Amino acid sequence: MSIRFFTFACLLPLISFALAFLALPLVRLILGAASGEAGWGVYWQILQTPRYISALLQTIWISAAVTLAALAISTTAALFLQRNRFPGRSLLLSVLTLPLAFPGVVVGFMIILLAGRQGLVNQLTPGHTVFAYSSFGLFLGYLYFSIPRVLLTVMAAAEKLDPALEEAARTLGAPAWRVTWDVLLPALRPALIASGAIAFATAMGAFGTAFTLATDIDVLPMVIYTEFTLSANFAMASALSVVLGLVTWGLLLAARSLSGGTIAAGG
Amino acid sequence: MRITKLLQLSVTLLACTFLLVPTIQSVLAGVTANYFRGLSSGLTLKWVAEVWSLYSGSIFLSIWLALACLVVTAVIGVPAAYALARRPGRWSRVIEEFVSLPLAIPGLALALALLQLYGSLQGFRAHWSFILVGHVLYTLPFMLRAVLAVLAAIDLKSLEESAATLGAGPWRRFVDVVVPNALPGILAGGLTVVTLSIGEFNLTWMLHTPFLKTLPVGLADSYASMRLEIASAYTLVFFVMIVPLLLAMQWASSRAQRMFR
Repeated sequence: MSIRFFTFACLLPLISFALAFLALPLVRLILGAASGEAGWGVYWQILQTPRYISALLQTIWISAAVTLAALAISTTAALFLQRNRFPGRSLLLSVLTLPLAFPGVVVGFMIILLAGRQGLVNQLTPGHTVFAYSSFGLFLGYLYFSIPRVLLTVMAAAEKLDPALEEAARTLGAPAWRVTWDVLLPALRPALIASGAIAFATAMGAFGTAFTLATDIDVLPMVIYTEFTLSANFAMASALSVVLGLVTWGLLLAARSLSGGTIAAGG
Repeated sequence: MRITKLLQLSVTLLACTFLLVPTIQSVLAGVTANYFRGLSSGLTLKWVAEVWSLYSGSIFLSIWLALACLVVTAVIGVPAAYALARRPGRWSRVIEEFVSLPLAIPGLALALALLQLYGSLQGFRAHWSFILVGHVLYTLPFMLRAVLAVLAAIDLKSLEESAATLGAGPWRRFVDVVVPNALPGILAGGLTVVTLSIGEFNLTWMLHTPFLKTLPVGLADSYASMRLEIASAYTLVFFVMIVPLLLAMQWASSRAQRMFR
């Protein structure tokens, strides 16, 4: 048995699985989008329906806000944890990466516990303070699962930075904020762009968290879900899925060419 | 410098608080007799017991699916990683990229794709293996990449050549040389697969049937329709399962990286 034949045999299960359960279903999804009355015009229909456009814009808006907030918070924390060794450091790191294994629904529940009707904020403040189901609640939920993802990417990049660069800047008399602004952030730029794109794509496609929190908010995954299950508008649900999939895939592809990590767009 | 450091520390602590406070709340709410009246109403395991009687089926289904997913991803992923590592090139890149698509496309879209193609095959649609397909789709890239990373870091070719001069055929070399060398990667990939499978919701919510609810599907169910204490107790059960897995997964991944740096 030649090695050529053997390696081919090794690939065979993977190729069969990917064909049957990835390639064919995706083809079916793309064709399914055009199977409605409008045909391929379904994409034109998306652009003409205010509800879809406003959902798309809302999704982009929340995702962009989450991305910026997660970048700011996680970069600060990552640099701090990277530079300083102190007792309790690994505990903080564990806490900050804990939500990586939480499904989106659990993240949604965490926000309900913070800001829901029986939530912490409502109990501690006078009056009725419930914002779990507002777009701010959704923002917090997305932030909850974005912080660990960005943190890990930035920390991995910060680990590879040459500390000599910073020291050089400091001996030349640069104040701390100049070192950060002129040395650290430019050096971290690929990681920041990459992790930003990951956070954005993850937030765009987040279903579980939206499912728990976005009862009154139209974000794209929820619109797809209701089109499919309630309206049984399979063609439109497929078309919107194709659009969403292309956006997240394109973003992550661009991000990967800038860094090289593997992080899933879950949540 | 001092002020900058203080500022960084407070942002870090604030982020930790934001992530940790609701998890502690949910743990406490899960063992409090009446959450609305607070801890003074007493601690109890009543809610956990109730979760067990209501949802133990979903917990066992999730464990079963995770183990099945582990076996399938190992059987498909380990030989494939070997083939891709052994014969690098354009086609190998294309295959790796293609099977990694589920990392970039939202689970909801993948689930719709699967449903539209296979939804009418009733026997398959209503069987647990339909959910398994979704889980394998999502976790396979992690297994593949974890094993590939290890195989790429060792001198596979020389190892195999010395085994070949001793008369070992391809199959013997795969079993006796490749798999033992890839074990740290298989361990790291396997723990990732199990952790992700137990927590998978986005695909599973679309693929499940009323008779096949996994743990996260049950969680969504309890958040929507049960009192806060039961929802919290169920979340507590989930934490007890997932946190050790997450820690083991992080340990195994950093171990695999350190061994082959």
